Amino acid sequence: MTVNTALSAVETDPIVRRPAGGRRFWSLFTRSKWVTAGLAIFAVYVLFAIIGPIIKPYDPSALSYTAILQPPSAHHLLGTTQTGQDVLSQLLVGFGPTLEIGFLAGVIATAMSIIIGVGAGYFAGSAGEGLSLLSNIFLVIPQLPLLVVISSLDAHAGSWVYAIALAVLGWAWGARVLRAQTIALAGQDFVLAAKASGESAWRIILFEILPNELPVVATSFVFTVVGAIGSYVALCFLGLVNINSWNWGTMLFYAQSNQAMSDGAWWWYVPPGIAVALILLGLVMLNFGLDEFINPRLRAAGITRKELKTASKQQGITPVIRNRPRAPSGVSSAITVGDEVTSTARRHK
Amino acid sequence: MTYMARRIAFYIVTAWAAVTINFFIPRLMPGNPVQIIMSRLSAVGPVTPSMQRALEIQFGVNTNTSLLNQYFQYWGQLVHGNLGTSITDYPASVASVIAQALPWTIGLVGASVIISFVVGTIIGTLSAWRRGSFLDGALPVSAFLQALPYFWVALLAIEVFGVTLGWFPDSGGYAQGMTTALTPAFIGSASYHALLPAATIVVTSMAGWMVGQRNLMITTLDQDYVLVAQAKGVSQRRVMWMYAARNAILPQFASFAVALGLVVSGSLLVELVFSYPGIGDVLLNAVSNDDYSTMQGVFLVITLAVLAANFLADLVYVVLDPRARQEA
Repeated sequence: MTVNTALSAVETDPIVRRPAGGRRFWSLFTRSKWVTAGLAIFAVYVLFAIIGPIIKPYDPSALSYTAILQPPSAHHLLGTTQTGQDVLSQLLVGFGPTLEIGFLAGVIATAMSIIIGVGAGYFAGSAGEGLSLLSNIFLVIPQLPLLVVISSLDAHAGSWVYAIALAVLGWAWGARVLRAQTIALAGQDFVLAAKASGESAWRIILFEILPNELPVVATSFVFTVVGAIGSYVALCFLGLVNINSWNWGTMLFYAQSNQAMSDGAWWWYVPPGIAVALILLGLVMLNFGLDEFINPRLRAAGITRKELKTASKQQGITPVIRNRPRAPSGVSSAITVGDEVTSTARRHK
Repeated sequence: MTYMARRIAFYIVTAWAAVTINFFIPRLMPGNPVQIIMSRLSAVGPVTPSMQRALEIQFGVNTNTSLLNQYFQYWGQLVHGNLGTSITDYPASVASVIAQALPWTIGLVGASVIISFVVGTIIGTLSAWRRGSFLDGALPVSAFLQALPYFWVALLAIEVFGVTLGWFPDSGGYAQGMTTALTPAFIGSASYHALLPAATIVVTSMAGWMVGQRNLMITTLDQDYVLVAQAKGVSQRRVMWMYAARNAILPQFASFAVALGLVVSGSLLVELVFSYPGIGDVLLNAVSNDDYSTMQGVFLVITLAVLAANFLADLVYVVLDPRARQEA
């Protein structure tokens, strides 16, 4: 998209009367390069999660004494392990559980952060303060050592136990950001009007406040998924999660405990690492796009210096670029209230 | 309440919460860790009555006492620094095992966090200031770096720089056979061994600080005071660092808490991969020995260390932000 059309769009687009967070939000999926790339990676992963177990060439657990620690070949596209297991098959089987855990933990954590964060922001007084304190406490406590304690105590836990544990340890950041957003939105005219007309608190939260926080909910969801996948792979790598089920963390666990590194068996430990890195990369890119949506000034980053100069002349030092109506002034202040929003990117692993 | 008093109160509440979580987790989980520990302990050495008593308190196996009493007994143990007996290094106490490993972790993680924060913030500031320059390329690169799992990068680093190129030692905290003493030779060896793990942590955690600072800078650059400073002819460099960056960095400190917990978690795995003699290594050995007391002790000590680091970040914040200083 060229800057010229973008700028004229800024001038000609009608000013929205009410922050239509939801509607603009969906148009984002077709506009941001970050979002498109992130979603594409995600889609490929979902596809592999579904067809992986079907197209896998071998049984991932099947031992073979004739093909031990072989480099990639026509028979074994990604080589074999110390015990002759097919690396590609193990990799393909790993898509499902990883996405499942991440998604499940993300959904539970997001539900928790909406309830606690919006509650803490909307209800003033000691209830709100208490919820805010709760999320700040969970924010500071380091996750991994606690997860290690939990998973070592229950070695046979099913994957949903891990999803819940990861969610319980991962909701706090989203809650904090949503609280800041809700406090800002609760003072907006349209919320005050709804209150004055006697709407119930639930109705106001569900139909007035929450739809305007959709982008923030989305970023916090994506980051919880990133965090959950990262932590789950780490736990598997530690050998704490059922080591008889195949996923990328367990593959790395076996690779490390069988000295794949010193044997130079790169085909064994590189593919699972890349598989983890790529899905996390896709999700991080998705969030870069969401960040740019929440804070439109960040969007100017992708343009060339010349375009930036032209735009700066007309709009000042940090131009808002691309085809997007200016939000009413009140709303843009609401959006920037959560400084945390802009610094989302570091939260994961 | 002043700013500092509020923060200190928060840390006290959080420390209490961490201890309480530590108390309840083994009581909420299925299974009986005490039986596992007792059998483990008796396999490596004699179990004294006092050790058994400490275990009962720690994991709440003694059902004769009420939960509240158990809770107070648990605190009593903690106050006396009693975290239980290590199975891995029987008959050493968990507290002494952790005390031995802690300086390594604090040195490694502390140095890496400070380096990655400073470098990441500088690159972030520059890339926001010079948008449209080659520094824009830093954004996709950082997205990629952020996505890499810490421990996997550590594995690759060992393979490439340790095994294949042989530039750095691939494991341990100091040369084998060396005695731990504060001699120049030992410090030199320790620093050399720390380079590769530290570089791993810096590379994987720097991107977060960079993107955070960049995004905050872009928002700050639009403020009126930046425009005024430019209008009255303040030098560009001064505007960038003293007007924009100084204000943009404040939320960075505020989000230090979130970042630190994650960096520490990641660093534990890095230590473990490098067999670095820090807390991560203690944790791994504890895991493979079903050493619950040590695992709980590690969690507690790490949490307290993270709280202490956050407190330091708060002190810096007070120095940087006159508003907080006035309140403090």
